[in-house]
Amino acid sequence: MTRVVITGMGALTPIGNSVPEFEAGLRASKVGFQPITHFDASETGITLAGELHDFEPLKRLGKRDLRRMDAFSQYAMYATAEAVEQAGIDEANTEPETMGVIYGSGIGGLTTIQEQVIKMANKGPQRVSPMFVPTAISNMASGNMAIRYHAKNICTTIVTACASGTNAIGEAFRQIKEGRAQVMLTGGAEASVNEIGIAGFAALSTLSKATDPKRASLPFDADRLGFVMGEGAGTLVLESLTHAQARGAQILGEIVGYGATADAYHITSPDPAGTQAARAMQLAIDEAGVKSTDVGYINAHGTATMGNDSAESKAINSVFGSDSDVLVSSTKSMTGHLLGAAGAIEAVATVDALQSGQLPENVGVVQQDPACQVNLVNADNRDRQTEYAISNSFGFGGHNAVLAFRKWAE
Amino acid sequence: MTNDEIFSKVQAIIVDQTGEDKEKVTLTTNIKQDLDADSLDIFEVINEIEDEFDIKIETEEGIETVSDLVTFVEKQLAQEKE
Repeated sequence: MTRVVITGMGALTPIGNSVPEFEAGLRASKVGFQPITHFDASETGITLAGELHDFEPLKRLGKRDLRRMDAFSQYAMYATAEAVEQAGIDEANTEPETMGVIYGSGIGGLTTIQEQVIKMANKGPQRVSPMFVPTAISNMASGNMAIRYHAKNICTTIVTACASGTNAIGEAFRQIKEGRAQVMLTGGAEASVNEIGIAGFAALSTLSKATDPKRASLPFDADRLGFVMGEGAGTLVLESLTHAQARGAQILGEIVGYGATADAYHITSPDPAGTQAARAMQLAIDEAGVKSTDVGYINAHGTATMGNDSAESKAINSVFGSDSDVLVSSTKSMTGHLLGAAGAIEAVATVDALQSGQLPENVGVVQQDPACQVNLVNADNRDRQTEYAISNSFGFGGHNAVLAFRKWAE
Repeated sequence: MTNDEIFSKVQAIIVDQTGEDKEKVTLTTNIKQDLDADSLDIFEVINEIEDEFDIKIETEEGIETVSDLVTFVEKQLAQEKE
């Protein structure tokens, strides 16, 4: 059976614009929220978001790229440049037809859609930009990536709302495991901190209205208020073990399982019983060929909405048992919810937790909700060497996706 | 609006779109051949010019050089005055 390893990672997040900065942010339990600056949010009822700070796209992208990409594609390409550089993938060591792209985005080019709809309303349909379609469509992060890195194997896009990043990585994992590709660029990107994005999620009452960044995103807390929207991207370079070893690549971690299920229940609410979320976890653990007791850490979906955190806790307990010592944290307490990019940056956080033996804390909890009976990572228990970890992502539509990771060892 | 004013606005749009140096964009510059612009660049330049001058350019046929664009804008603006 082909083993699938991670040889490059990239992260562009509200708490750090590269993997080293992101990891440092996680160690320091840095909270990345500030009042929204991308637009005047004063009439939305929402104050805070996890915007990127000091993002300088020209470090890794050309001026022309910027004109031809919505922000979500720019974020994707920026994070991917970091990952590809670390992996050292190039045409000399990788046959283009064996390298593919499966990338995720929940919404795609929403800022571009907003701008052009406004332009159409104000100036008429004949003034819509010719760049509108090729920048707005959700597959353009993947398309641009294939063009830039000459990846000629499968190139596709996963759109499963807040599970997009995890589903993308899982599907990319399968491409390699089943022998269809040797190298995959995968992950997710989102850039929805704009007026229509904030207004849309606010209308669903899913966003935290908090004004204090330290009390805004509170996964598993009794006083949780909803999520803080974040933006950014995460990328993994996945590779078959034989391909990675043949070119002497540095291996950062291994993906050993993937579970994907559907609630088939409701368009926005998770099934409160968490049955299919639990089954996705069990499938990932089963594919890894281990028992739930071998898993030491769960990077939870943990959005800090009322519905998610209690249903997810129930699902975790049904798989791991209520007396399990598995530790759980939601890094959304620091980054906010990056929607289609969430699972991607959380994969990076999970690989880092296994590598370093330092689990990211579930920041901000004062009073844990009795409906969320899981062992949260805190300052006292965060040092834990563990061989296996899983990362959960769930999305509107009832999409459940779970990845199982193993600390790299031969 | 004088010819020079039209040229400098058109020049700025082309510089912004193609990322080329200002000095490279003169009246005799062939947009596709000299600036390595593709069909999307041309569409976008035309769209920006329509916005800037509030005119309508029906087709990009016959537009090859910067001078062609300036002349076209000039004619359109003159027509609208009539």
